[in-house]
Amino acid sequence: MSATPVTREKVTPSLAARGIAGGAASADAVPSGRRVRARQRRRAQLTAWAFIAPVVIYLVVFYAYPLYRNLDLSFRDYTLRSFIDGTADFVWFDNYAKVLSNSTFAPALLNTAVFTGVSIIFQFSIGLALAVFFFRNFPLATTLRALFLVPWLLPLLVSASIWAWMLNSESGIVNALIQALGGPQINWLTSPEWALVSVLIANIWIGIPFNLVILYSGLQGIPSDVYEAASLDGASGWQTFWRITVPLLRPVSAITILLGLVYTLKVFDIIWIMTRGGPVNASTTLSIWSYRLGFGGQSPDLSPAAAVGNLLIILAFIFGLIYIRAQRRLATP
Amino acid sequence: MIQRGNIVNNTARKSRILGALVLSTALVGGLAACTTTPTGGDSAGGTFTLWDPYPDRDASSTWAQAIDACATDLGITIERNAGNTGDTVKDLTTAASNLPDIAMVDNPKVSTLADAGLLTTTDENGFDVSDISANILSAGEIDGKVYGVPVGANTLGLYYNPAVLDAAGVDIASVTDYASLTAALEKVVASGKKGITFSAVGTEEGSFQFLPWFWGAGADLTALDSSESEAALTLWTDWVQKGYAPNSVLSNTQGTSWDEFKTGDFAFAENGSWFKSDADANGFLSIQVPGIDGGVAPAPTGGEFITIPVQKDASRYATSAKIVKCLSEGDTGATALGYVAPTQAGADAQLAADPTLEFWIGAVGDAKPRTADNLGVSYGIISEQLYTAVQAALSGSASPAEALATAQATAVENLK
Repeated sequence: MSATPVTREKVTPSLAARGIAGGAASADAVPSGRRVRARQRRRAQLTAWAFIAPVVIYLVVFYAYPLYRNLDLSFRDYTLRSFIDGTADFVWFDNYAKVLSNSTFAPALLNTAVFTGVSIIFQFSIGLALAVFFFRNFPLATTLRALFLVPWLLPLLVSASIWAWMLNSESGIVNALIQALGGPQINWLTSPEWALVSVLIANIWIGIPFNLVILYSGLQGIPSDVYEAASLDGASGWQTFWRITVPLLRPVSAITILLGLVYTLKVFDIIWIMTRGGPVNASTTLSIWSYRLGFGGQSPDLSPAAAVGNLLIILAFIFGLIYIRAQRRLATP
Repeated sequence: MIQRGNIVNNTARKSRILGALVLSTALVGGLAACTTTPTGGDSAGGTFTLWDPYPDRDASSTWAQAIDACATDLGITIERNAGNTGDTVKDLTTAASNLPDIAMVDNPKVSTLADAGLLTTTDENGFDVSDISANILSAGEIDGKVYGVPVGANTLGLYYNPAVLDAAGVDIASVTDYASLTAALEKVVASGKKGITFSAVGTEEGSFQFLPWFWGAGADLTALDSSESEAALTLWTDWVQKGYAPNSVLSNTQGTSWDEFKTGDFAFAENGSWFKSDADANGFLSIQVPGIDGGVAPAPTGGEFITIPVQKDASRYATSAKIVKCLSEGDTGATALGYVAPTQAGADAQLAADPTLEFWIGAVGDAKPRTADNLGVSYGIISEQLYTAVQAALSGSASPAEALATAQATAVENLK
């Protein structure tokens, strides 16, 4: 919330630069200088462009060009040979048609939806519950809150490998516990029913700290007098939460969920390390599929892989648009 | 006018210079990232580049020393790059304009790179392959042309733990075919121990481990849905369903499978010759994977090929061929990497130095490359469907017959 005034005030580099040059010119206002002034303006404009050049170059080199290459790749039929002679036939939407009609597409899309949806719901609700809990500032609250950040600090490779060990069918601690309590052996990572659940559990655990931190800082932005007024009016804890915390936290919640969506859509490492998208396609999401197509087999299908990647980008873009619309509706009551 | 202009210019110039500075820094930074390190020749015979996938073998390793010894012999400098850790195909294709003189490539990938036109044939580079064992060499052979030579080979065998077998009353001599092996597993499990561990993971490793059973049943990679193929997959599926093999085989790599075997609970483990010294230390012994009705199943060969990628300057091939010869003849290169030497003379030398290698030298002699039978690039596509079918059947997603029928249909579709 506190960030809005800053973003409203659009200080573009060109305006700022023009301000500097214009100020200097008016300091010695002499009437004869129409051409001089035009030249000055052009110079000022060049200066302005020079100032934004680094950003533009950065964006072009690291965003626009790779994006263009990925699009180009997905519209051509790239084989290993294409790398040598540099030619690849332009095939329009063939790769997209191939990907959409592939038997892996439907399960991969469904898995992506389930994986993203369930992850967000749990990460957000647990993160919010913990944020509200820690906001009460009891002794040791800071220490405990710090401990909750551990999943975020660990390299994904480490946490995913440890989850894979814990969920191992024969020697994993989770099954040891379940069997000690008289339960059956659950093939967490290797049965088609449980593989997606396993990677979900790991991903939710990893995502909680992110939600906790952002929502906690959001809570600090809510003025305390609102709570005081509510408590004077005799509002219960539950009422305070639903009538004050939730509505006032909405902007922060929106950005948390959007970021969570974008992060989760593209999750790859956790799934690859734990199940490799298997057994068969049981935990294959779009990003896993894209990797498998491009680099998994012995013969890389780079063009279909790029097509799947672009579908993912489109999905993320749609969520971005939804966010911007929601944001606009919030801004204009 | 001039004075006035100066005042204006000063401010404008300052910002202009600043802008230009930032701009040029960005540009130079970008350019610097684009330039490639020159491979100049400062040594007498020139500098040759060699790529290998062994980052764990540093400059002091016997492998690096073997390369250095060759360089000294030939009076050249060999610049070794062990950085291309994983996917040599990807590394080489992205470096297509600036290929190394020598590239070590995992044997099933030789045909893929050859098909892409990255590698020279022995006709072009003048390397003589007559000494190399024919069965290992065939991984680099496509349509009668040879695209590289093996630095050495390893293969799979069936390790067993004599202590577990003794306790269960199983005589290893009775294990001669699939049925007697299954009977042995049953006895072991009845005695309270665990049967067999292997790797059926959903990657190339899974196909690699399944192939001895697949070939041992008489199946052919061009017909995944044959009854022989179904017999092999049913064998594995039954083992997992009856608990003779743990469910973790579905996610085991060969390394984790070996860790399971080393717990001492398992009677058998299918694994590679690279664990020989560890097996010796633990008192494990080994037999070759049996065929479905007795005999010995051909196991797939593992190991890298030394290839000579295409160069703009064809005069480099003569020296490159000498480097290849130096690394592949005798047993220096193979022994340094823990492989069985690719030549008879090299294998004999290894056997003379270490008589316990007899079993594995024999096993490599019976082994068969995955891309053999002129499968070439098709192997990758078929293998992907094969390990997917293994995963489907072992996880219970589909019956062996269904899984293999799907695999065959998809492979045929993808091979079009």
